Amino acid sequence: MSAGIGDSSTPLDKRDERWQIRIRGINKTFGPQHVLRGIDLDIERGKTNIIIGGSGQGKSVFMKHLMGLLVPDSGQIYVDGQNIVGLSEVELGKLRRKFGMVFQYAALFDSMTVMENIAFPLLERYRLPTKAVEDRVWELLKRLSLEKVPGIAAKFPSELSGGQRKRVGLARALIDRPEILLYDEPTTGLDPIATKNVDDMIRQTADEYSVTSVVISHDMQSAFRIGDRVSMLYEGVMAVSGTPDEVRQSDHPVLREFLEMSGMGAKPGLQPVLQPVLQPVLDGAK
Amino acid sequence: MAEEAAARRNLLVSVLSPFSAFVTALGAHIIMLASAFMWLFRRPFRLRLFLEQMEFIGVGSLPIVLLVGFFSGAVSSLQAIHALSIFGQERWVGVTVGVSLAEELAPVFAGLMIAARAGSGIATELGSMRITEQIDALNTFAVNPTQYLITPRLVAATIMVPILTMAFNIIGLAGAYLVSISVHQLDVGQVTGLFVYWVDPINYVKGTCKAAVFGLALALAACFQGFNVRGGAKEVGMATTRSVVTGSVCILVLDYFLIEVLNAIWPISGA
Repeated sequence: MSAGIGDSSTPLDKRDERWQIRIRGINKTFGPQHVLRGIDLDIERGKTNIIIGGSGQGKSVFMKHLMGLLVPDSGQIYVDGQNIVGLSEVELGKLRRKFGMVFQYAALFDSMTVMENIAFPLLERYRLPTKAVEDRVWELLKRLSLEKVPGIAAKFPSELSGGQRKRVGLARALIDRPEILLYDEPTTGLDPIATKNVDDMIRQTADEYSVTSVVISHDMQSAFRIGDRVSMLYEGVMAVSGTPDEVRQSDHPVLREFLEMSGMGAKPGLQPVLQPVLQPVLDGAK
Repeated sequence: MAEEAAARRNLLVSVLSPFSAFVTALGAHIIMLASAFMWLFRRPFRLRLFLEQMEFIGVGSLPIVLLVGFFSGAVSSLQAIHALSIFGQERWVGVTVGVSLAEELAPVFAGLMIAARAGSGIATELGSMRITEQIDALNTFAVNPTQYLITPRLVAATIMVPILTMAFNIIGLAGAYLVSISVHQLDVGQVTGLFVYWVDPINYVKGTCKAAVFGLALALAACFQGFNVRGGAKEVGMATTRSVVTGSVCILVLDYFLIEVLNAIWPISGA
């Protein structure tokens, strides 16, 4: 059985109580580049699932498949028992209401204020009174400790710091109470304190809202601090998958290199064959 | 023998590749246009987006169009007076400038100005949205980017370029009037009388039809370039340049074919 597949006897096309997203054999190529090479992975419901891997391994490409932003060349992706591969744009639109996504650089709409950005999903999906929408936005701003920033609601994204943008991006992803939250490299470009704050925010969000979180990261410290499950994407497949403790025990050489260079459990006698490749990645993550 | 065949194949590929790239790009533009047209009739209808784009393309471009229009009319009038004076027929200046403005100068110059100003703005905005993942973000909220970004811009340009063309005509005629009547002291009765008699409303209908097509073409070129940016700031800049070049070339090439079509529908008076 592949590393990423969880133990379940439920058929893939039926809702499983434990595994919310079940991915089987997805392949994706861009021209001559074979980015995903038959990925199998189960995403646990209500938990924080971390996908780690070096730069250029296809982590973001993989994440975009989960909500149908990219279509795999082959393979299936089941969300609550529904295969989303081959769904029409209208059906995908309905499916995407289950999801919220926090982008690497927040992807806030430049031409809109913070209030308009956060309210956007609600205004697009429902006809709600303005007061109700604004109340909901303020509730999220309070929860994410943004309400004390002077004039935050009327600010434009260009007037926010990197950490504030991430929080506004999270507020926008949360406003329609999604079941599944996807984070694309949420701590990239942040200093250690801001990284810790974002990690706490992800953990708190998962606990308070009981959402299934999928976090793409190359920050090993963060991954093991907040993850309930950790999987490693390497050369287009899930090389290792399990609880943080299980993953720490893995003998996979690349994972061991990752852990060693993050100062998280070197094994004696390991040859750092991949050091020249991985060191720049890890330096960038720090 | 094999080398010769390979060389021949390479030659064929290098000869055909620009043609095949052109056909591919043309097909992609047509697909985008068809998709935008289809989304025009699907809910939700976001009137605000259409009005915002009409404001950006139309009201925002008005000053530059008026400026260019005034001097185009004035210069055309000046040149026409010089040319007509050879035959002592300066009184025909109103007709000459009126017809050329209505059918050619106003739609083409207004189109080129809007391609440079609004087309570049559209390509830059969409390109920036693409590289900062804002277009992906729209998708995650189940908002179709074509419906949200492309359709309003195409509709706005198709409506606003003809309106700006009419403004160009009016200010161009004012420039021509100033040069011919105020500066060159031509007889106002003769010049305006001949203008009213010979310049037909059909001239303006033809110009307006052309302007609508130009508006659609320049907006489509800009949207296509901006929407399909991959990479970073450099690629956005290149897309902006391409959008202006493509939009301008489209206007001039389409102009020729539109003249043929429109003259077939409404034959030239006296022909």
